[in-house]
Amino acid sequence: MTWLARVLTAMTLGLPMAAQAAPERVVSMNLCTDQLAMLIGPTQVLSVSYLASDPRSSAMVEEARGYRANRGLAEEIFLLKPDLVIAGTYTTRATVSLLRRLNIPVVAFKPANSLDDIRDRVAQMGEVLDQQDRAEALIIQFDADLAAVRSKSDDRPRAATYYANSYTSGPNTLAGSIMDAAGLTNIAIERGLDSGGTIALEELVIEDPDLIITGRPYDTPALAEEVLRHPALVTLRADTAPVADRDWVCGTPFVVAAIRRLVKARDAVLVR
Amino acid sequence: MIPYPVLITQLALLVAVLFLTSLLVGPAAISVRDSIVALFSGEADPLVLVMQEIRLPRAILGAMIGASLGLSGAALQGFLRNPLAEPGLIGVSSSAALGAVLAIYTGLAALLPLALPLAALAGAVIAVLILLALTGPRGDTLTLILAGVALSALAGALTSLILNLSSNPFAALEIVFWLLGALTDRSMTHVWLAAPFMLVGWALLAGLGRGLDALTLGEEASASLGIRLNRLRLAVVLGTAASVGAATAVAGAIGFVGLVVPHLLRPFVGARPSRLLLASALGGAAMLLAADVAVRVITPGQELKLGVLTALVGAPFFLWLILKRRGGLT
Repeated sequence: MTWLARVLTAMTLGLPMAAQAAPERVVSMNLCTDQLAMLIGPTQVLSVSYLASDPRSSAMVEEARGYRANRGLAEEIFLLKPDLVIAGTYTTRATVSLLRRLNIPVVAFKPANSLDDIRDRVAQMGEVLDQQDRAEALIIQFDADLAAVRSKSDDRPRAATYYANSYTSGPNTLAGSIMDAAGLTNIAIERGLDSGGTIALEELVIEDPDLIITGRPYDTPALAEEVLRHPALVTLRADTAPVADRDWVCGTPFVVAAIRRLVKARDAVLVR
Repeated sequence: MIPYPVLITQLALLVAVLFLTSLLVGPAAISVRDSIVALFSGEADPLVLVMQEIRLPRAILGAMIGASLGLSGAALQGFLRNPLAEPGLIGVSSSAALGAVLAIYTGLAALLPLALPLAALAGAVIAVLILLALTGPRGDTLTLILAGVALSALAGALTSLILNLSSNPFAALEIVFWLLGALTDRSMTHVWLAAPFMLVGWALLAGLGRGLDALTLGEEASASLGIRLNRLRLAVVLGTAASVGAATAVAGAIGFVGLVVPHLLRPFVGARPSRLLLASALGGAAMLLAADVAVRVITPGQELKLGVLTALVGAPFFLWLILKRRGGLT
């Protein structure tokens, strides 16, 4: 019953169970932790989620090909015999608690809702994988890239994100802080949608933003995305800037690409 | 009793008032004056866009779809001499929705816009033909309802299956739209796509009046009056399929309008099927416009689906119908 003793000690002392040594068989179950883990500890990772090789949502498709893909099922993850599992806080509780009962250490990462959060998550991944130096270097590089890409002028055109089902992102989201960094005023702020919500098509038309930021529609059709092609939106005088999901769905240093894209769209609005 | 021309005038006025109300209600607060000015303005202004590209198509579709449902309900009830015949209840709407779903989610509708109403129409035609084959011209109530339930369930299941299999994650959530219907953010494109089919359907159904009147005397009596049952049946099938198919293709399957409206209006037209047709078309338009105004007023921001409201009105009515029959009041 030594494992039970270890679990109890770990619980009472609040220490991670895979004690001091750096983990060597890491399984990530979440698209965002997949990318952080591959960036910081490429040789320690054993498997990443299948989403990491989906070009729609992942910025590291090439890298992900080198790893086994998992679908986040407790059974397949147990069979990989990991010494550390990394999940998102929104990964199914049932799977995570089952893995913990099987005595597999699980670390849950919170989603990043701001650029500061990105630095925190990178540092956290450095801790977890025992690669503090690599994480530190990544943060320094990220800050340098941010400084280079950030908008210089004080003009802040009014912009809104508009996704399927009329959804818009608020200022307290990753997309919101990316818009802020790109020098755009998010109209969701005036409307009091702090973490985002729906904005009816006619309200958006009345707001008359300078820039509308959309996602890239899926290849297969859905009515949810039809609103983005509504004649009223097409006729509106606003510029539109599609941003690929993979550039900002996760809080990773890759969001610099999204900021660069939006700064370009913003400059186009300003010279108009 | 209200004279027929007066009834029609009153219903038409009601439709006009509700049509205007529909134009004036929406999430964006616009004053009545500004709305009317923007509706007829030729300028490029956000207000004009809202009125002409968002609210106008919504009101037009509400009126046309309501009229289609009311009219086909009255025609089906008259032809089958069955008070339960209604496009939603007997599976015509859900079959049309299945056709529309097939056209949209396979990408066919994106390549060829006409594929959407045509596929919905095909779904509706197949459903009506199956129903007629199963029930025969007399339209036995039990057979009709059983066949309708089976058809609705089958079409609903296939619709859900197609949406679940789509690789687009939003598609699965759209089952609700197809089963309950909505007019949110429809555009003039939808009006142009659906209107021609609905107009053809109306024309076919509107010509049924004399035949349906004769049919109340029985098939043989009507044949002796020179009514050809086969032609009558063909007009009912095509007319219902064209109008309900086009309506469902752009707004999903909206239930109960075709059931409730003819029942409510029948006492006012002296139970004459020919007079019930126009009255039901106007009544259906009024009911759907009212429901569509209500979904925007009751829960602004997160609109209810239209079918929720029509079912809230329709289901108690249905129960009342059962009680009335059991009490032998018919």
